[in-house]
Amino acid sequence: MDINPKNQPVDRVDGRQKVTGSAKYFAEFALPRTAYCVIVGSTIARGTLDQLDTKRAAAAPGVLGVFTHLNMPAIPGWDAPVGGQADGPPPQPTAETYRILRGTKILFDGQPIAMVVADTFERATYAASLVKATYTRQTPKTDLNKHLAAAIAPSIPWMKDYSRGQAEAYKTAPVVLEADYVVPTEVHNPMEMHGILAQWTSPTSLLLYAKTQGVNATQRAMAQAFKLDPRNVKVHTEFMGGGFGMGLRTWPQETAVVAIARQLGRPVKLVMTRSQMFQLVGYRPHTRQTIRMGADATGKLVGLVHEATAETATYEDFTEGTVNMSKFLYACPSMQTRYRLVRLDRGVPIWMRGPGEATGAFALESAMDEMAHKLHLDPLEFRLRNYSETDPEHNRPYSSKNLREAYERGAAAIGWRNRPATPGSQREGEWLVGYGMSTGTFNAMRWQATVRVVLQADGSLLVQSAVTDIGPGTGTALTIIAHNVLGVPLDRIKVQYGDTSLPPAPTQGGSAIVSTVGSAVFDTCSAVKQTLVELATRPGAPLAGHQAEELALADGQLFVEAKLATQVAVAELLRQNQLASIDKTTESKGGPEQQKYSFYSYSVHFVRVRVNPRTGVVRVTKTVSVADSGRIISPKTAASQMIGGVAGGIGMALTEEAVLDHRFGRYVNNNLADYHVAVHADVPEIETITIDKPDYLLNPMGAKGMGEIALIGFAAAVANAVFNATGRRVRELPITLDKLLAVS
Amino acid sequence: MNPFSYARVTTPPAAVAARTQQPGSYFLAGGTNLVDLLKRGVVVPEKLVDITRLPLTAIEATPTGLRIGALAKNSTVADHELVRRQFPLLSQALNAGASAQLRNMATVGGNMLQRTRCAYFYDTSLPCNKRVPVQAGPDKGQPNGPTGCGALGGYNRMHAIFGADAGVAAPKCIAVHPSDMCVALAALEATVVVVGPKGERRIAFRDFHRLPGDNPRQDTTLGADELITAVEVPANELAAHSTYLKVRDRASYAFALVSVAAGLQLEGTTIRQARLAMGGVAHKPWRLFEAEQFLRGKPATLATFQQAATLAMKGAKGYGENDFKLTLAPNSLVEALTLATTPA
Ligand SMILES: Cc1cc2nc3c(=O)[nH]c(=O)nc-3n(C[C@H](O)[C@H](O)[C@H](O)COP(=O)(O)OP(=O)(O)OC[C@H]3O[C@@H](n4cnc5c(N)ncnc54)[C@H](O)[C@@H]3O)c2cc1C
Ligand code: SF4
Repeated sequence: MDINPKNQPVDRVDGRQKVTGSAKYFAEFALPRTAYCVIVGSTIARGTLDQLDTKRAAAAPGVLGVFTHLNMPAIPGWDAPVGGQADGPPPQPTAETYRILRGTKILFDGQPIAMVVADTFERATYAASLVKATYTRQTPKTDLNKHLAAAIAPSIPWMKDYSRGQAEAYKTAPVVLEADYVVPTEVHNPMEMHGILAQWTSPTSLLLYAKTQGVNATQRAMAQAFKLDPRNVKVHTEFMGGGFGMGLRTWPQETAVVAIARQLGRPVKLVMTRSQMFQLVGYRPHTRQTIRMGADATGKLVGLVHEATAETATYEDFTEGTVNMSKFLYACPSMQTRYRLVRLDRGVPIWMRGPGEATGAFALESAMDEMAHKLHLDPLEFRLRNYSETDPEHNRPYSSKNLREAYERGAAAIGWRNRPATPGSQREGEWLVGYGMSTGTFNAMRWQATVRVVLQADGSLLVQSAVTDIGPGTGTALTIIAHNVLGVPLDRIKVQYGDTSLPPAPTQGGSAIVSTVGSAVFDTCSAVKQTLVELATRPGAPLAGHQAEELALADGQLFVEAKLATQVAVAELLRQNQLASIDKTTESKGGPEQQKYSFYSYSVHFVRVRVNPRTGVVRVTKTVSVADSGRIISPKTAASQMIGGVAGGIGMALTEEAVLDHRFGRYVNNNLADYHVAVHADVPEIETITIDKPDYLLNPMGAKGMGEIALIGFAAAVANAVFNATGRRVRELPITLDKLLAVS
Repeated sequence: MNPFSYARVTTPPAAVAARTQQPGSYFLAGGTNLVDLLKRGVVVPEKLVDITRLPLTAIEATPTGLRIGALAKNSTVADHELVRRQFPLLSQALNAGASAQLRNMATVGGNMLQRTRCAYFYDTSLPCNKRVPVQAGPDKGQPNGPTGCGALGGYNRMHAIFGADAGVAAPKCIAVHPSDMCVALAALEATVVVVGPKGERRIAFRDFHRLPGDNPRQDTTLGADELITAVEVPANELAAHSTYLKVRDRASYAFALVSVAAGLQLEGTTIRQARLAMGGVAHKPWRLFEAEQFLRGKPATLATFQQAATLAMKGAKGYGENDFKLTLAPNSLVEALTLATTPA
């Protein structure tokens, strides 16, 4: 069925709560006798902790405990190896181990050396400032560029080298491009600080208010760490002030807070500082990539090699899909990928929106632009000449692919025909003008989820899932799905989410939640509908004699589509049958067709920039982003997703870089004044377009994900536009003005 | 942040007295810089003297120009009718700074005395020559973190290209003064009015901030117990052709990599008078005296501007990551002069 026939633009269901402040984020929950924990971080990145003077801290007013490697309570489950990973492929432990507040070895800057707990946050903060440490410092290795020779191939099956066709075939082509691309370390920097509030409600049960993208995953991780029955671990995360990936795992300091809460016998709350958000909850890893590409005179790719080398910690190998899209985006007969890691004295990275694919797309889509230039081809035309009709990686059809249409619509909207064929040839006043485009793609997935739906006798509907809404509008999308399947008016639907007392759902991430949980809502609502139909069509019932296919639901009425007057109110039907409610819980997941096709979402980004030839300042003046992500369920929040992706993409392209002083292995811009996310003044008019064609092979609603593709590729579009404006190719993000000086 | 005592004063003499009585005390104005310094443990005071109730917020015309109270808010000054009409340069510079929320809190005096944004200065685990010893508590008198200049050989993208080596064999500090407002006030040849235990004193703006030389701890020539009461801006003929150009890493809410305050008096196309200052390039707002002199009597053309820019760069020196400023600064000067002479 069409999941939203009227394309109703529904307001965010929790919008009012968010803007009026009644939405409660984890740190706002207050439990009686809550104590406050503040982390003292190492100021060296490698070495050993020699002395730790905690006497003054312990004696400071209100202090309840100073926890260090000397007195940290045990975390029983940590004697076994743990990835601590929420869902999906865990980072692989290496020979090195990191266990918070165990031992004196320092593995990265900011590694907690003490956790100070007091009766107020202010007193804990003050006491933390009194902890004094001395170290034996070793020269830290934190600079990826200096340690490329130490790169290793990760021992993870899905990251192994890939090859098809002839090795290094690009070399045989008449036109060859070889170029290096760099994406720096970037930090998620959501508004809301990370942390946790933990309370032991009995010696074997736990209540957590957390900042996690998956309450069930946190539940499992904590149950494992403390050897508890998962059912006795309750986790609540209804609202999140931005996740962007940093909530995709349980971090060691959160587990430590739980241990401390047990020791102290009272609830303990940790709210990290902004600078700790750089050190302790992951980041997009600094990655160097090389693209080698060969094309023939007709503009067809002959061979492609995509190599990436990324930073990780010494104690865990974090990997992501940096080289993945190169394997299938274009029809290229011969291609190889290699993915390498350099273990550095750094905290471990974590996925950041778009994750590796956003890093990889910067390289691939910049290279496509460079090659088009070499071939004297329009970059859009070059992409069309290499359009892959079937997936060349897996040799199977795409479930759906409307990328061609996305290119066309985006090009029309930005006015691609105005793009100067010769770089540096168009001006607006003194400013240079340029146009750029790129493609993004990401797996379209469907995982497993359980949903409960309760249709009450008063006609109202309750939908329950443990899934979190980290901002994309999951609650809104689920409301719309239920509304369209069951015809219950929007304002009579309540969706409850973000709590482990609700039916289990996977972690919010990978752009898979509408597809997964949305489908579960769809299936469960469909089951409720079937029951209604049975009740209504039984002999003697109001619609007896009618077939299920003739019936439809709207505005709380079940009616015969061809004969609108023949209807029965859902509430009435329940009353007649003396039912208080229809209550269904079902588990739902994808079928075998998932093996027969390749499932991807696509995006196309077009941007127009102005560059000041004297100062090198770049201004993005217009963007058009087109999403080919199946049927759009919630037009408003879908557009918001894309707008957010573009704002993030402008930051990635022009301003974001977490800078380390490698002499110390320490960040020097770990605050929001110096780490530049894009501000309003950087963000121009954003036009978003959705192709909006269903893909019923993925799920019954035909919806694919769009969270990641909104960002993937965007930075390349900007770099390509800057090249078109100036003739200057910037292969290292962010494109700051110093890289463009004296372009006139 | 350490425990400290707090006093609120309501008259300038009481403010001065409170501070004289207790070394290690600080005036608290809008707090937008001082509170951050307290939180980061860079300033460890005995006492804060809250001066926000002092009657020093007036902005008034005087026979020779305009007098702006030291506690006038940055946003109030920027939007003030007289400022916008007579000194658009000042209004533009203020509005180019920080964010609307910060400008609503920040005061004129606090803006002048804001500390550098050098990352090493703010991180007491990293070396810096600018931090003073701890002034309160059990560690009183101890150095507040390692010494040396972290920015030399480190992250110095934001740092100085002028004046760091003046009077010393090798620079001790390459920090810049981060204010936008002060760059405009330097070009406008303002006077700073201060009061201390010995009474009132007037300081020419060019003498107010200092170069680091041998003593990078000292940003200004203000005495430890002196209070800024006002800034006086003399009337001029520059309003019609003035521009504040701020070049930065994002479009708003970022400190200047390089900024230029340019005010010209034109007669036809001939430059009668020029006042030029740069921000983001030195430990103080950097007046371009030689370029100003060169421009006097010259036609307002691109060629003239380029020559002035070459003159302005004499003695400039990069320290690695800020080498690009050696190109950006002269280019920005040419851009600012072009904008100042382009009819709106
Ligand atoms: C994130 C961020 C971004 C910013 N961006 C910019 C920018 O782009 N451009 C820019 O110019 N500024 C910027 N600022 C700095 C801002 O302008 C200053 O923090 C502000 O002007 C300081 O004023 P205040 O009244 O808050 O001073 P306070 O923080 O109260 O005081 C600063 C210092 O001045 C002293 N002091 C204050 N008033 C007097 C007085 N009357 N007499 C003697 N001593 C006094 C105090 O003792 C203290 O040492 C930014 C600040 C932040 C936090
Ligand atoms: S530049 Fe100045 S403020 Fe910065 S580290 Fe060096 S001495 Fe300290």
